[in-house]
Amino acid sequence: MPSAIEAPVTDAVWSANPYQPHAARIVRIYNMVENNHLFTLRFVDEDIGLSFRHRPGQFAMLSIPGTGEAPISISSSPSRPGVLELCVRRAGRVTNALYRMKTNDLVGLRGPYGNGFPVTEIEGHDLLLAAGGLGMAPLRSLLWYALDNRDRFGRVTLMYGARTPADMLFREELVSLVDRTDMNCLLTVDTDPGSVWKNHVGLLPGLFDHAEIDASRTFAAVCGPPVVYKFILRKLLDLGFRKDRILMSLERRMKCGVGKCGHCSIGYKYTCLNGPIFTYWDAINLPEMI
Amino acid sequence: MKILKLRKDRLDFFASVVQQFGEVHAPVEVDGGYAFRRLSRWSEARLNYPRTILPPKKYFLPQRETLFRFVPEKGYVPSAEGLDTRIILFGMHACDIYSLNILDMVFGGAYPDPYYQARRKHIVIIGIDCIPDKHCFCRSMRADFVDHGFDLFFYDIGDYYLTMVGTALGDDMVLATGPLFEQPAEADVDEYKRRSSNKRAAFQLEVEIRDLPEIFEMEYQSGIWDELGEKCLSCGSCSMVCPTCYCYDVADSADLGTRDGARMRIWDSCLFSTHALVAGGENFRHSRASRIKFRFYHKQRGFVAEYGRPSCVGCGRCVAACPVKIDIVEVLERLRGVQHAVSH
Repeated sequence: MPSAIEAPVTDAVWSANPYQPHAARIVRIYNMVENNHLFTLRFVDEDIGLSFRHRPGQFAMLSIPGTGEAPISISSSPSRPGVLELCVRRAGRVTNALYRMKTNDLVGLRGPYGNGFPVTEIEGHDLLLAAGGLGMAPLRSLLWYALDNRDRFGRVTLMYGARTPADMLFREELVSLVDRTDMNCLLTVDTDPGSVWKNHVGLLPGLFDHAEIDASRTFAAVCGPPVVYKFILRKLLDLGFRKDRILMSLERRMKCGVGKCGHCSIGYKYTCLNGPIFTYWDAINLPEMI
Repeated sequence: MKILKLRKDRLDFFASVVQQFGEVHAPVEVDGGYAFRRLSRWSEARLNYPRTILPPKKYFLPQRETLFRFVPEKGYVPSAEGLDTRIILFGMHACDIYSLNILDMVFGGAYPDPYYQARRKHIVIIGIDCIPDKHCFCRSMRADFVDHGFDLFFYDIGDYYLTMVGTALGDDMVLATGPLFEQPAEADVDEYKRRSSNKRAAFQLEVEIRDLPEIFEMEYQSGIWDELGEKCLSCGSCSMVCPTCYCYDVADSADLGTRDGARMRIWDSCLFSTHALVAGGENFRHSRASRIKFRFYHKQRGFVAEYGRPSCVGCGRCVAACPVKIDIVEVLERLRGVQHAVSH
């Protein structure tokens, strides 16, 4: 038998398998918003935990053994290593199974995947984060990255709108940022049924009246439901933002996370490899994007 | 490249010798068509076949494949089931070999797929040339000849096969037959050239692909897509028979009565309504028209941007398989706005 077909090629299935989930323990479940809990996870194997180095805006593939796998954006900043925080919306089979789990249970995790925000490009510029509803989940990583590396960024502005205070992700944490003098944290709700909200009431685009933005030196990161894109993008263009300095985080149902399965394909890009962060210029050129 | 020749009447003997290198699979007749199957006897092989129903991708990306076994105390354990099987695919056409070279780009890259890679390394490829039929447009897709991706390739030159030796393993197979192969003479090469130009003249279909990406951009809003959406059944047959369609779904299944289970991947199609569905029920390609447009767009425009060529080899399987006779050549011609024309 010739040696050419004797090579132990199946070793790669064990040693370099990009689909291999690694065991991670649920260390905390925080009921942030109904059906939008924050899950704090830590890899069981310390080396794997240390080698997991993500950029803000990247995502991970979460496995619930016997149920399946789903892509979830990483909400914690790489500037706060040790654990990963995933804000998970209860929406399908995998996330429903996760909601049945308890602290100390094991899940599978692999990643990080995707391009993430171009942080080195953003550094040295002002940063405007604009989120609506659940759109805060992927932007929160970039927010803390900027605050933890404050000297590398110019003005930092957050504009976040939710339906009511009870729908606001990371509410306590974000409210505590309102008084900070090294950033402008603008929070608004559409309505305030409990009349306890001390911040803005009104639609998200109204917050532009309270922000000081110089489009020529600012990168904008936008995430939210289609209505947010509709109004915020218009506003940013009116302010003179370059289309490739408006960054958006997109949602697709990746099955592999590594550019094979075809599920997250948009036009000629894979959300998992070329995204999930796209510029507005990409969005104009890629059909069906938002 | 090392080039030899083999007398056609010695092919049986060659086939008996290559058995020692692995299971021999070749096209056999099934249900009025052809399929790559494991041979029980060499006489079953039909090397003069138009196309198989399913392309040989089924050997490299099986319809259902176990990626992991799940065991509660061990987590996800990779499955190497079937990855070591040494198979010889005897009689692959150039377009099908070309399609594997295309899949190599998808399953390689920054995250090589170890399952595909293992199968690719274990499967021996012996190619054979062919004469185009009414569905073939491989020449337009630049896949009528293939310069790599095979271990051996046989060109019919009358009484002989002109044999291209593509790999060291192919050379080992040649050497294992003793003095069976001969050095080709100048006349053999001349005969090859004569038949090559005959083959070129035999094509009944031709598509100009050069600026198709641009035309796809310009015709994105074309009414053709709605028309096709009305016709298409979303059955996904075109994806299943396509040698370069690689979309797959991943699903976990739990074994009954235990807490064990498996993670499988299964062929999928962008024509299925669930393909672009995301959590919460949002679907980015809800209409059939948008899905069939996406399939064409991805193959002829998206893939070109990503990998430098269309993910189509012109094998004609999708045309032969479509229950409502959607014909890619016709669609491309209509987009381009030209009538069907053959030029030699």
